[in-house]
Amino acid sequence: MNYVWAFVVGGLICVFGQLLIDYTKLTPARILTGYVVGGVILSAVGLYDPLAEFAGAGASVPLLGFGHLLAQGVMKAVDEIGLPGVFTGGLTAAAGGITASLVFALLAALVGKSKDQN
Amino acid sequence: MNLPPKNYDEMVKRANPPSPVLRDCLWAFFVGGSICLLGEGLRQFYLMWYDKDLAGTLTSISLVFLSAVVTVPGWYQKLAAKAGAGTLVPITGFANSVVSPAVEFKAEGWVTGVGSKIFTIAGPVLAFGTLASWVWGLLYWAMNKF
Repeated sequence: MNYVWAFVVGGLICVFGQLLIDYTKLTPARILTGYVVGGVILSAVGLYDPLAEFAGAGASVPLLGFGHLLAQGVMKAVDEIGLPGVFTGGLTAAAGGITASLVFALLAALVGKSKDQN
Repeated sequence: MNLPPKNYDEMVKRANPPSPVLRDCLWAFFVGGSICLLGEGLRQFYLMWYDKDLAGTLTSISLVFLSAVVTVPGWYQKLAAKAGAGTLVPITGFANSVVSPAVEFKAEGWVTGVGSKIFTIAGPVLAFGTLASWVWGLLYWAMNKF
């Protein structure tokens, strides 16, 4: 059942993004930014953690999950070290995904050739 | 040919292709869902050895790697043309938004080309995501303090 809910919840989160694309003038950068900030807010009010428990990667793979990770990370760091954790917790939790994106992008630039996007 | 308006409406409905929004949403649902399904498979695999947090991080790293691999030959962009938000919203879309300009702007140099263009989309995402987590962290700290 893990897999079914991951597929369905992940798919529905993407459908919501598609409706934003089709019915508003939001650009991809704005949608991704909105998803991450939205994820932080949903996590802060306690709505996202139950969804993540229930849907696994269906909740953590969409960028809402990236915001959830930032919010959970900052709470964990505040619990452990207090006020300085406000500054360290978020990005510490998200470091793996960010570092992977930057490093693999630079390696891709090394091997890839630019070409028409068509 | 003389038709009552009701029949005519039905004929029009039958002749029209299904709404583009519905088609877009089906693409987004199945492609986005499939990427999350792949993520869940990877997560269950990593959960055999690691705790939940680390398994989640390793899943993200793996998906970012796979996204980079299919972005370099231009396949991710081809799928994205059909799948829309199905390829944009998952972390693979974020990775694509970093990897794609890295390859594209190589000709403009490593620092002002690659180094700065990789942040065209990732920059605002990280800036406002970080700000939001900072604000929430401060609130959370204050809530525990008082």
